[in-house]
Amino acid sequence: MNVVVVGYGPTAHRLVETLAAKGFTGSITVIGEEPRPAYDRVALTSYLSGTGAEALTYPVPGGIATRLADRVTAVDREGRTVTTRSGHVQPYDVLVLATGSAPFVPPVPGAEGAFVYRTIEDLDAIRDASREAEAGVVVGGGLLGLEAADALRGLGLATHVVEMAGRLMPRQVDEGGGAVLRKHVEGLGITVHTGVGLDRLEDGRVLLADGTAIEAGVVVFSAGVRPRDELARQAGLEVGARGGVAVDEGMRTSDPSIYAVGECALAGGVVYGLVAPCNAMAEVAADRILGGRAVFAGADQSAKLKLLGVDVASFGELSGALDVTYMDPVSGVYKKLFVSDDARTLLGGICVGDATPYATLRPLVGRELPAAPGDLLFAGTSVTVELPDDAPVCTCNNVTRGQVRAAVAEHGCTDVAAVKKCTRAGTTCGSCVPALASILASEGVVQSKALCEHFDHSRPELFDIARVRGISTFSRLIAEHGRGRGCDICKPVVASILASLNNGHVLEGERAALQDTNDHFLANIQKNGTYSVVPRIPGGEITPEKLIVIGEVARDFGLYTKITGGQRIDLFGARVEQLPDIWKRLVEAGFESGHAYGKALRTVKSCVGSAWCRYGVQDSVGMAIALEMRYRGLRSPHKLKSAVSGCARECAEARSKDFGIIATETGWNLYVGGNGGFTPRHADLLANDLSDEELVRAIDRFLMFYIRTADRLQRTSAWVESIGLDYLREVILRDSLGICADLDAAMARHVATYFDEWRATLDDPEKLRRFVSFVNAPGIPDPSIVFETERGQIKPVLVEVGRS
Amino acid sequence: MTAVQGIAAGTRTWIPICPYTDLIPERGAAALVRGRQVAVFRTHDDRLFAVGNRDPFSGAHVMSRGIAGTRGEEPVVAAPMHKQTFSLITGVCLDDPTTALPTYPTRVTNGTVEVSVE
Ligand SMILES: Cc1cc2nc3c(=O)[nH]c(=O)nc-3n(C[C@H](O)[C@H](O)[C@H](O)COP(=O)(O)OP(=O)(O)OC[C@H]3O[C@@H](n4cnc5c(N)ncnc54)[C@H](O)[C@@H]3O)c2cc1C
Repeated sequence: MNVVVVGYGPTAHRLVETLAAKGFTGSITVIGEEPRPAYDRVALTSYLSGTGAEALTYPVPGGIATRLADRVTAVDREGRTVTTRSGHVQPYDVLVLATGSAPFVPPVPGAEGAFVYRTIEDLDAIRDASREAEAGVVVGGGLLGLEAADALRGLGLATHVVEMAGRLMPRQVDEGGGAVLRKHVEGLGITVHTGVGLDRLEDGRVLLADGTAIEAGVVVFSAGVRPRDELARQAGLEVGARGGVAVDEGMRTSDPSIYAVGECALAGGVVYGLVAPCNAMAEVAADRILGGRAVFAGADQSAKLKLLGVDVASFGELSGALDVTYMDPVSGVYKKLFVSDDARTLLGGICVGDATPYATLRPLVGRELPAAPGDLLFAGTSVTVELPDDAPVCTCNNVTRGQVRAAVAEHGCTDVAAVKKCTRAGTTCGSCVPALASILASEGVVQSKALCEHFDHSRPELFDIARVRGISTFSRLIAEHGRGRGCDICKPVVASILASLNNGHVLEGERAALQDTNDHFLANIQKNGTYSVVPRIPGGEITPEKLIVIGEVARDFGLYTKITGGQRIDLFGARVEQLPDIWKRLVEAGFESGHAYGKALRTVKSCVGSAWCRYGVQDSVGMAIALEMRYRGLRSPHKLKSAVSGCARECAEARSKDFGIIATETGWNLYVGGNGGFTPRHADLLANDLSDEELVRAIDRFLMFYIRTADRLQRTSAWVESIGLDYLREVILRDSLGICADLDAAMARHVATYFDEWRATLDDPEKLRRFVSFVNAPGIPDPSIVFETERGQIKPVLVEVGRS
Repeated sequence: MTAVQGIAAGTRTWIPICPYTDLIPERGAAALVRGRQVAVFRTHDDRLFAVGNRDPFSGAHVMSRGIAGTRGEEPVVAAPMHKQTFSLITGVCLDDPTTALPTYPTRVTNGTVEVSVE
């Protein structure tokens, strides 16, 4: 059988993925108008904050032919072929229309100069236009309009929202909820105009029907969508009066060999505009193509606003015989439940400012309430709601609580990530992730946070204990809050916490015994037990004289030299007793420790920047040096790397760093949470067009918040993912926890008390005494260390490994 | 403060290593004893242990540079290369009991740490 799919959006993807997974043996061709395979449109807005198009794009299942950037312009039902704009003719046995919908642009004068918000190309165009603009207007105050407004705000525009109805999100919330929502949105600095329509657009100006004029360089229409049913109409298929390709419960159109799925379909008299029902339709059509009898029986229209830091959600029916409302205007919370006339069956609900009922109560729609409606609303999360096994937990992927429980009990999933992988729950909009966590907990999976057998606490908890109680020794911490005498896991963690808090020498007193060998010898151990030495070269900038000193030291001590990825020079093959002599030569020439051995700031790489480069727009070298000097010696849960690029060409590869800075015409963009290594990850844009001062302040807080709250050996990439970029922005840019002054002070203390560990060790005979190969024979080098020569330099002779 | 292991003291040769107070609690020190490399540890409760300095997993002579601590009641040291943990009492690797470090008797005489390797 030869299946042809028209349109390559999320619904088409789900269809072909399901066919492939169920072992379909015929041929499948997907023809899509966009230049790339389907991508996660629900997550489209994250494209503006730096998620790449590749990251959003779904993989094309094996064995499927695609024809991209071409549009189907005609269907010949008699001859069973489709014809594309480029003239290609494709025969089919079964045709599936998955053409989605198009944004509705109201017919007002000047509308042709405005943007819509649906594809990656739309967002590129909006971003380009925003560079020159100061203000932006979003027409439409629904779910998508508010998402678009938040995006414009993120692009640095003074943002307005215009909504014809009397309140924001008129389809999801009632008047009371709308009033609370409006407060939240205005609190974010967005200007809201409700109950007023558009008159016309002029160059740089939006005129409203009530005469208001808004100066704005960017106008985005988000005033609803229309199903793309033009092909179906032209082919004579039945379409609804208000649009949409009419289908039966098996997703079949009026022509039995043509199906329609997704936002273009009119199923049971409804056109659905959310991804969950679209996926359900795709699965039904796939089943039918394979000869099954699946039916699409309508779907939940629950919705949750993803951005803006405001929780808004609605689920089920938004009307009912009885309703119960909870309103707290002070904290901006509004919750309402709709119930049947006997007050026993839950029909639906609205929440603004606190969406916990969305996750806990949505699965109970149509069922008996587990408690009185008032209690459910007032008690918030303290009432535990026990869901039945057939209750849907993830509506996007149609996963029930029973399936999640089976994933835990039968497939051995022990954390949310494993459940997601096993069931697909939580992989689309993510709103059910808290519910997954609570099901795991109710199944008795305890997510242990104990660091090791000596401490029941996690690293962030130990950090707080040490900070709040002023504990400055390992002995006291383990005596009061742990057991035993520690190990190679907890000791370095505590050493790092104490270093972050007190900033003394890492080899002082009892702390010396806590350090891993690298920190203990302030150098990096190599496979034969020798160490490598990396002096700091801030920003990768170095004078010829200093380069010569490094060469001379390497030559005189017979060390192997290698340029590192962090723009510095690594000197290998030093025995412990040579380390102080090597440091002495380096320190005398003005070098200091590069902390290559520590869970600490390593390097801040840079490109050559505006001083030399004809493309550079900012002095990236100067900024890299300033940042490296500011954060040098800062101990953290894991190593920290950074880079500064002087223009958008990004030669310093800043987006692979824990914090990366890329110059813009007017300042700096700050990216966080990047990683090379085992699990590469591009850093996310945290804030843009920052001044020098704003940049440093944002990084100060980012680093200190990371140091306080990350787990042991958790790189910033995993940490940012676990807390979420929006939350991070709230905390460090908007001070939502009220801790920024404290974070700033902690960084100021670090900067003020920094000293070079190598020099301090050279100045302390007590510490120097440890740098011997043998305590009983200080002058004798370790005879087991042997080198051979390769390409003109030393190389360790492999020690034979024979156990015991 | 004195730990004597193996056959009765007096019949073996003791080699002086260093003053006891030179050892940092819970940190090892390497010694060269009759051509053999020995890692000497002083625990937080002032017990003294000596094991072979060669890490059997990596082949490098680095055991003295591992982190000492406890596992349950057992005093242990973790190899600095790949963190396998060894008992300081028996030398046996707790993560792989088929592998062990040699152990050596120790004692303190007039404030000096002594080890016997015969
Ligand atoms: C910014 C944004 C945020 C969203 N957030 C959410 C959310 O939080 N929750 C939620 O449930 N939903 C959300 N949605 C809606 C969700 O994205 C849609 O429900 C989903 O994309 C529908 O998928 P589809 O494949 O049916 O249609 P589409 O995604 O529109 O895909 C149809 C594709 O077909 C192509 N096409 C059309 N005609 C032709 C032709 N003749 N020939 C070839 N190709 C053609 C189109 O170019 C398009 O690529 C959001 C949408 C947007 C834009």
